[in-house]
Amino acid sequence: MAVTSLKEYIGVPRDTVANFNGKQLVYVSWDHHLLFAAPFLLCIPPQMTFREMVEGPLTALTQPDPDAKNIDWSKVEWMKSNQAWVPNFGASLADNGIGHKDQIRMRTPNLNSLRAAA
Amino acid sequence: MDTQVTKKKLGLKERYKLLTRDLGWETTFHTKDEVYPYVKYEGIKINDWDKWEDPFRLTMDAYWKYQAEKERKFYAIIDAHAQNNGHLNLTDARYLTAIKMFLQAISPGEYAASKGFARMGREFGGVGTQVACQMQALDEIRHAQTQIHAISNYNKYYNGFHAFSDSRDRIWYTSVPRSFFDDAMSAGPFEFMIAIGFSFEYVLTNLLFVPFMSGAAFNGDMATVTFGFSAQSDEARHMTLGLECIKFMLEQDPGNLPIVQRWIDKWFWRGMRILSLVGAMMDYMLPKRVMSWKEAFDIYGVENGGALFNDLARYGIKPPKGWDVAAGAIEHMSHQLFLGLYQWSFGTAFHGWIPSDDDMEWLSAKYPTTFDKYYRPRWEHIKKLEAEGTPFKNYGLAKLCQTCQLPTVFTEPGDPTMMCHRETEYKGEKYHFCSDGCQEIFEHEPEKYLQAWLPMPALFSELNGDIGAWMDWVGLKNGVDNGDYVGSQDQINFDKWRGMATSNKQS
Repeated sequence: MAVTSLKEYIGVPRDTVANFNGKQLVYVSWDHHLLFAAPFLLCIPPQMTFREMVEGPLTALTQPDPDAKNIDWSKVEWMKSNQAWVPNFGASLADNGIGHKDQIRMRTPNLNSLRAAA
Repeated sequence: MDTQVTKKKLGLKERYKLLTRDLGWETTFHTKDEVYPYVKYEGIKINDWDKWEDPFRLTMDAYWKYQAEKERKFYAIIDAHAQNNGHLNLTDARYLTAIKMFLQAISPGEYAASKGFARMGREFGGVGTQVACQMQALDEIRHAQTQIHAISNYNKYYNGFHAFSDSRDRIWYTSVPRSFFDDAMSAGPFEFMIAIGFSFEYVLTNLLFVPFMSGAAFNGDMATVTFGFSAQSDEARHMTLGLECIKFMLEQDPGNLPIVQRWIDKWFWRGMRILSLVGAMMDYMLPKRVMSWKEAFDIYGVENGGALFNDLARYGIKPPKGWDVAAGAIEHMSHQLFLGLYQWSFGTAFHGWIPSDDDMEWLSAKYPTTFDKYYRPRWEHIKKLEAEGTPFKNYGLAKLCQTCQLPTVFTEPGDPTMMCHRETEYKGEKYHFCSDGCQEIFEHEPEKYLQAWLPMPALFSELNGDIGAWMDWVGLKNGVDNGDYVGSQDQINFDKWRGMATSNKQS
């Protein structure tokens, strides 16, 4: 049984994509860059291209990190749902297979200024 | 009318027996199962309810007498505190961040516990249990009231206190304790007793109340010390009730053990997540610190908790499943959470700040293997941003854990440089978690947790991302209740009034 209850009980999820007025949630985090205490929550339209997401909200939000200005976006390694993955910058989030509440992770192997002091 | 004047005066035990046993009549119109419909569905088997002895056998008249005496003392001290400008005796008004958090997040939990125990007093089958739960329900509502009264004096002088009940329902960080209590109250009576009576009261109360009350004493907050003392004698009774309940379940039927163990695992983990707020308070918010969060955990968690689980080992109970992971994260959790509270302080009804150089010295002495290595570089960079005129605010908001509802600030077990990413899919919908512990709780009862109202997604689904509208809705006055302590009204007023109280300075 999916919940301990007196009789069969079906819950209603609160955060389905239908509740976001045509937009969807996308979570983005930057591995080893823990100045940002948690993954960013973005609420953006699925028609937005990956490039627009990167150059818009993601560039703005990562700004406070000292590595932000040195990111070479063509060399960033990406993960989706914790699996290695290659995005198409020109395609929309939907065409990139980025669904509602997907978690995207970015890695910049040689850029780790604030990582643990050795 | 016949008066039985010749009868011998009853002893306490007999009076208690008369008080309670009449509640245990044999029903005739309805079956016991109809009268107590919730005592079986959780799978706990009870063969003899009379075996659950109320360890205190407190009668109602004695209860009123004790509590009235405590109330008289409590209000005498609270009055004295107000009349003697107790709000100026604090070490620093930064301290009040901890008290604002307490009022918004913890006091409503006392009220929730009162509702929960009132319900349990009705749902349990045994009379001893019914009376004990009823008294605990009264205690809990008294605690909520005394805390609100004690803290209300600060509301006359400082910001962030005025909308605590709206904060409780609507702001984001309060959803952590709120969901804890909602989870317990929507469970069956036995799980509720493990959640609140055992895990919260027995395993975690020392880690919540003792540091809070000694923190209050160290920082000159007599109002909080007073409600702490007034509640403390009740807590001893609550802890005993929780322990009696767990032993009763384990003695009644061997089939109860795996169910009880799973609840202990679950509620220990949920409790540890709430305690991350306490850790941040102890390590960062008290101007004058009592001890570090790690030191408190070593004393009250490792030593006391260890002794408790040694005692329960004879019933087959093992220490909670997440114990080692939790213990491994002790040197990180407060730093990870406070870093978040600082960068999201535009959305908190209390102030944040960058730790001073002295604070950081203290932190590196208390956390010699972790603070300088992992956390100091971040604060030094934040200080630099502040000095350059671009103070760090993280407007990205945060991914929240579906189970504990905290922002997912915690790192992988064994790797403090890597954020912990956990997700699962259920009925085509994705869910995210801060840890394996929270993911396992979800996966055991997904139909329960998929309904969670997560405040940050709700900002977009309900208010279209309008932060100003959100602030109005949660009762947060922008530029007054929130943001950095340095330059806040609270800081300016405290310094001014304190100066007037201790010198000839005029405003």
